Amino acid sequence: MCTNVLKKVMVACLAIVMVIGLTGQVRGAETLLRAVLDSSIKQLDPIWTTGYAVRTHGFMIYDTLFGLDADLNVKPQMVDAYTVSSDKLVYTFTLRSGLKWHDGTPVTSKDCVASIKRWGAKDGIGQKLMAATQKLEVIDDKTFRLILKEPFGMVLQGLGKVTSNVCFMMREKDALTDPNEQVKEVIGSGPFKFVKEAFQPGVTAFYVKNEAYVPRKEPASNMAGGKIPQVDRVELVWIPDPNTAANALMAGEIDYIWTPSLDLVPKLKAAKGVTVEIHDPTGLQTVCRLNHQQPPFDNVKVRQAALWATNMEDNLRAVTSDPTLFKVCSSMYPCDSPFASDAGSEPLMKQDFEKAKQLLKEAGYKGEKIVILHCTDDNVINPQTLVTGQNLRKAGFNVDMQAMDWSTLVSRRAVRKPATEGGWHIFQTWFNGPDFLNPLEHMAIGAGCEKAWWGWPCDEEIEKLRAAFGREADLQKQKEIARAIQKRAFEVVTYVPLGTVYQPVAYRSDRLEGMLKSPAPLFWNVKKK
Amino acid sequence: MWGYIARRLLATIPVVGVVAVFVFLLLHLAPGDPAAVVAGSYAMPKDVERIREKLGLNEPIHIQFGKWISHVARGDLGDSIFSEMPVTTLIAQRVEPTLCLAVASILVAIVLAVPLGIVAAWRAGTWIDHLVMIFAVLGFSIPVFVIGYVLIYGFSIKAQIFPVQGFISIRQGLLPFLRTITLPSVALGLIYAALIARITRASLLEVLGEDYIRTAHAKGLQPRAVLLRHALKNASVPIVTIIGVGIAMLIGGVVVTESVFNISGLGRLVVDSVLARDYPVIQGITLMFTGIYLLINLIVDISYTFLDPRIHY
Repeated sequence: MCTNVLKKVMVACLAIVMVIGLTGQVRGAETLLRAVLDSSIKQLDPIWTTGYAVRTHGFMIYDTLFGLDADLNVKPQMVDAYTVSSDKLVYTFTLRSGLKWHDGTPVTSKDCVASIKRWGAKDGIGQKLMAATQKLEVIDDKTFRLILKEPFGMVLQGLGKVTSNVCFMMREKDALTDPNEQVKEVIGSGPFKFVKEAFQPGVTAFYVKNEAYVPRKEPASNMAGGKIPQVDRVELVWIPDPNTAANALMAGEIDYIWTPSLDLVPKLKAAKGVTVEIHDPTGLQTVCRLNHQQPPFDNVKVRQAALWATNMEDNLRAVTSDPTLFKVCSSMYPCDSPFASDAGSEPLMKQDFEKAKQLLKEAGYKGEKIVILHCTDDNVINPQTLVTGQNLRKAGFNVDMQAMDWSTLVSRRAVRKPATEGGWHIFQTWFNGPDFLNPLEHMAIGAGCEKAWWGWPCDEEIEKLRAAFGREADLQKQKEIARAIQKRAFEVVTYVPLGTVYQPVAYRSDRLEGMLKSPAPLFWNVKKK
Repeated sequence: MWGYIARRLLATIPVVGVVAVFVFLLLHLAPGDPAAVVAGSYAMPKDVERIREKLGLNEPIHIQFGKWISHVARGDLGDSIFSEMPVTTLIAQRVEPTLCLAVASILVAIVLAVPLGIVAAWRAGTWIDHLVMIFAVLGFSIPVFVIGYVLIYGFSIKAQIFPVQGFISIRQGLLPFLRTITLPSVALGLIYAALIARITRASLLEVLGEDYIRTAHAKGLQPRAVLLRHALKNASVPIVTIIGVGIAMLIGGVVVTESVFNISGLGRLVVDSVLARDYPVIQGITLMFTGIYLLINLIVDISYTFLDPRIHY
């Protein structure tokens, strides 16, 4: 009797499983693109935060005055035409016709002026532009003018920058929001419209095609050219577990992963219908930051000792063993980018523990504890920090690795007290390559003391050179200044570069076509087959 | 009875109050700064300071606590620092997947565990008993994420019967709902099934040795009737207790299960909020879970009176 009952139960279970399975095979015909970013979208204001996921949200719904093309040249985007006076002090911009906000109202110069001012209050290069600005004025509905006090060579690069904070155009009433508060409404003029009702912070953000969007005539190239939305809907979904995200891509439940775990790249490469490609040729720039305000790293010789102790290849191989996914690069600017050079990089490229020990001796280092903030929840930072700790030990440093999650690290790095009172000596991180394209955007090269990025390096010469770079418009002269800045930055060791990691994207190439190669995930131009 | 219920409900107020104080202090004394997370990894120090000022995080801790607790007393759990949405809205958005997962997991556990426990007790010492106990040990020893990945590999990647991840509401159709909830609830339910099966077996074994069971057999009752009507009912108090504890323990289990199967429930909301130091959300959810825990305990205590007439309040 028991056997009969067991058989019946098994048959019933099998039937249920088959019905459930078959039902799931039915697929709809709508063009929905589902993509997974590097983190979740919880905030909706790309000026309020510098997070990359929110920047991607920004690119979906907002438009920019200028955009960077695939060759890193700045091209007009919302701007139809612009003129620059012969003394390079007056820029006049005219907007394209037909630009409309998602609420149907036209985009005007007033909106753009307010947006530039809000961005200029937050972004590093924006602040420098605002400091050099005498007046930003509306001429008419489609024309506005920027009048500078002194020449500023990065006006167009700033307005067209791809890294956070991007100079997104918002409606005037939104752009008048305090930049340290979030905008209350999410209305842009970009190729996709945000579906507020479907937004679940930290889970999913939905976008629909903006039928009224007027794209440029030129073909799409990175952030420049015609932004033509080709799918009806885009869902930016957050899958926190990298294994689950990879499995979902292989099973066809999602179409795109921006930053698949490097461990899973071989598995994804072998999967049918999945393509793994490097879309950002500038790569991730990995960084070891020293705290210049705290002993012993307030002594330049100790910082130089850390530089001599570094082995870039060791750091990179700890992240991935695939040689196509990293590059030993002696430049503080991304290799193969316009300002890349090897100026001053000799100590970084020739690891020498004896030299490091000698420098420590000369500096009078007496084995004080070096607190390294060790971020354990990032696949790039975690292994690189371990290598740094080991190399510093070999050079004679007394290392104290303190493990923590990234959120704790970003709080802890703000502490300016001695390490014994909750402060720190070293932390590591990475930036997208475009963040380091020039000395003005490059946060880790700056040395503006209190105004500098965490670690607060202080060097008058670097800041003078950066100011000179900002004033210079000639590319050749800019290159010379950028080289001088890098040479000086290596001398005073504003930070220790740890090389370039090429983070590939993974997507369903059997379903998607027209993916744009860009440092940010872009979903216009993409068609579903 | 009603007096007892009223007293228990009143007793929850000081418990929730103590939890509120502890959670608030622990969060604010622990390392972490929501302003730094809000500003993003690439923010400059002065921007973080401005955001901290705007969020009121520079105010003395007792002022912050006073503001929060006065809102809580009025039923307002506050707004998320990040999305600026009310915590109650965020919880409402996430409660359905977690509730479905918890209920389905408990159902899987009960449906699987109680019969297995009964069979194991009935056939104590035989190979069936050993097999059930091996299942119980394995089920309790293997972490939920391992079971989850194994199920995904077998049923989603290889057999392609169930989706790898996600959750579809029952309002969008019963079958899509079942497709998304089956694997997570099996993964999570197996652990509790193991626990409940062990308790059921042990409890039944104890009862089966009682005199009244021997009397029932002597009266000539069918073995099935003795087992189900006499023994099981008297063994049910510990079983119900462990099911109640299991529901409370599920709160921890859903956190991992929701991450592995990418279910956007309360478990993931907790994890995300902790990682981002979203204080109002963490505090709100903790208070809610405290309330649920107390309520489950009350329901379990009341259920004793129905299962065992000797117990009354």
